[in-house]
Amino acid sequence: MEIVLVGLNHKTAPVGIRECFAFDALEAEEGLRALGLLPELAEIVLISTCNRVEVVASCQEPDQAVTAIKEFLSRTKNMPLEQFEENLFVHKGDEAVQHVFRVAASLDSMVLGEPQILGQMKESFRKATTVKTTGAVLNRLMHRCFMTAKRVRKETGIGDHAVSISYAAVELARKIFGELSEKKVLLIGAGEMAELAVEHLLTHRASGVFVANRTFERAVSLAQRFQGTPIRFSEIEEYLKIADIIISSTGAPGYVLEKKDVKKVLRARKNRPLFFIDIAVPRDIDPDINDLSNNFVYDIDDLQGVIDRNLDERQKEAVRAERIVDENVITFRKWLEGLDIVPTIVSLQQKLEAIRQAEMAKTLAYIPNLDANGRDAIDRLTQSIINKVMHDPILFLKAGGHREKQKKDILGFARDMFNLNNSEDGGCSPHKE
Amino acid sequence: MMFVLALSAYLTGSFGYLGYLIFHQELYHKVGQCFFVLGLAVHTFFLVSGFISSGVMPVENLRATLSFASWAIAVIYLAFNVRYRLMILGAFVAPLVCAIMVLSSLFSGTTTVEPELLKGIWTVVHITAIFLGDGAFVLAACVGIIYLMQERAIKKKHHGFLFRRLPSLEVLDRMGYACVAFGFPMLTFGMIAGFIFAQSVWGRWWNWDPKEVWSVVTWLFYAALIHERLTVGWRGKRAAVMAIIGLVVIIITFGVNFFLMGHHTQFTKF
Repeated sequence: MEIVLVGLNHKTAPVGIRECFAFDALEAEEGLRALGLLPELAEIVLISTCNRVEVVASCQEPDQAVTAIKEFLSRTKNMPLEQFEENLFVHKGDEAVQHVFRVAASLDSMVLGEPQILGQMKESFRKATTVKTTGAVLNRLMHRCFMTAKRVRKETGIGDHAVSISYAAVELARKIFGELSEKKVLLIGAGEMAELAVEHLLTHRASGVFVANRTFERAVSLAQRFQGTPIRFSEIEEYLKIADIIISSTGAPGYVLEKKDVKKVLRARKNRPLFFIDIAVPRDIDPDINDLSNNFVYDIDDLQGVIDRNLDERQKEAVRAERIVDENVITFRKWLEGLDIVPTIVSLQQKLEAIRQAEMAKTLAYIPNLDANGRDAIDRLTQSIINKVMHDPILFLKAGGHREKQKKDILGFARDMFNLNNSEDGGCSPHKE
Repeated sequence: MMFVLALSAYLTGSFGYLGYLIFHQELYHKVGQCFFVLGLAVHTFFLVSGFISSGVMPVENLRATLSFASWAIAVIYLAFNVRYRLMILGAFVAPLVCAIMVLSSLFSGTTTVEPELLKGIWTVVHITAIFLGDGAFVLAACVGIIYLMQERAIKKKHHGFLFRRLPSLEVLDRMGYACVAFGFPMLTFGMIAGFIFAQSVWGRWWNWDPKEVWSVVTWLFYAALIHERLTVGWRGKRAAVMAIIGLVVIIITFGVNFFLMGHHTQFTKF
């Protein structure tokens, strides 16, 4: 049993190619069904997000499986293989397992450590189980990969610390104020990033929003969106006494708030801290306000600096994450290898049991007037002979060699000796049981 | 023997807390906390058993006084951390407790004080209240130092190793104030008990002993600190700086008898 993986992602394929291959929910189900019909593949999971399309499969013959998957992609997406083959990556065995684990742990993501990918993979797996294209091997693989991803998230800081402007602002606010539940936000101006920051602050339970805008109508409509209070531009100074977090994003050419404006309200605020987030270019908030005690000013470059450092930090954590992934790849490989021994033993047991049943039937036909006790005794006798004879060979198989080659040799030898490969019940794959 | 046991538990606790500071894994904090609590338990047992057998408050010389001071800081730290749960604080307080313990062990335990002076309910109240109050002020200063570090990181926009690990400014500020707000009535109460005691022993409420004078200075300092906070809003950086200056005043009050004689002198003799 081998695992293979064929796919393309943001590193190997430009968006033009990626969008051609994306599977939406419905297509994914059809795709899985079509893949399930391919004789080369035993089990299949199809992962499709905006940054990647990947087919994970278990199979007996990796090379044939890879060709089959490539042909499938070309056929379903109506694109000649030559046009996209160079964008595809192919992983086999441990490499494929490692790749799946790395994707789930968000080590392969465009933004390192972003959390959505795990959910998307769970969804892909759920779909594969409903279409019934998975079995023992891929079920195990996917569960191990979810486990690995969770462990990576828990034990490393790969998902810690904001990597977007708006989240960085929220994180800073929390470092200043701790709980945001009694803090009020003042939004000056409008803009996507500023509005996103307000939304994040509200999800962190900030208790209210004031919206100021040069045009009052705009303020009213924005305030409605945040269930806040619209205020006039001239009222800003007054509201500085109440607000704690000021987000500014106007098109004004000069400073909207100057040091002297803020100085005036400090006493009324009883020196409670003020946090200014200046997303505007040119800047709205006088940077000298940062020199006032208990007042903190962050402009867009400061926030970008925070993000860059956080990304560096994630990069460092990724090293530890890779170690956890590698560890789990090894555990999975061991399990997969063990799987080869089990079916051999099972088919050996099945073969002997079939012989026993046949011989019992023959023998019992000769002695028709044997009572139930006698039958039981013969049954037990034959059973225990088989168990005793099987005992040592099974131990021997289980102990196996420790080296891969040796193990395979022993298994092959045992299969030949008992002629398990050609009999009806021999050589069955575990996932089809 | 008990002293060594308590000190080694405190030390192990400190390493646990420091481990938490560095590796940021809760297990280290748990281990540190366990050992620190164990150290405090042994230390308490050691102090209480001594008190019960002799009836003398354990401040008869500098060695005992310092040991009692470290005990007070440990008690206050654990009590306040139940409420504020600043997991990072242990890494600062526990080493301090250890340092004071070690310092105390450097002095010989010769006693020149009249043991009768250290008996009676008013002494017990006087000493316990003042030490616990001072313990709270020391904790306030520790929190103040952490506040200044964190404030600097945010102001300078340099978010280093400590920034990620230190708590928010507001929590630090509130905790610092809570320490002062607890310490101040304790100090007041302890001083009143001291006056009553002085009246009962020497027949005078006030003796112009240098420690008495400096205690009043300390009291005025913290009274001003609290007053300003409530009226003008001395909070944040200024409150943190004042808490640290307050610690200096307390150390002067504690050590003033090294230089100036008075009836508190024997307790800090070595």
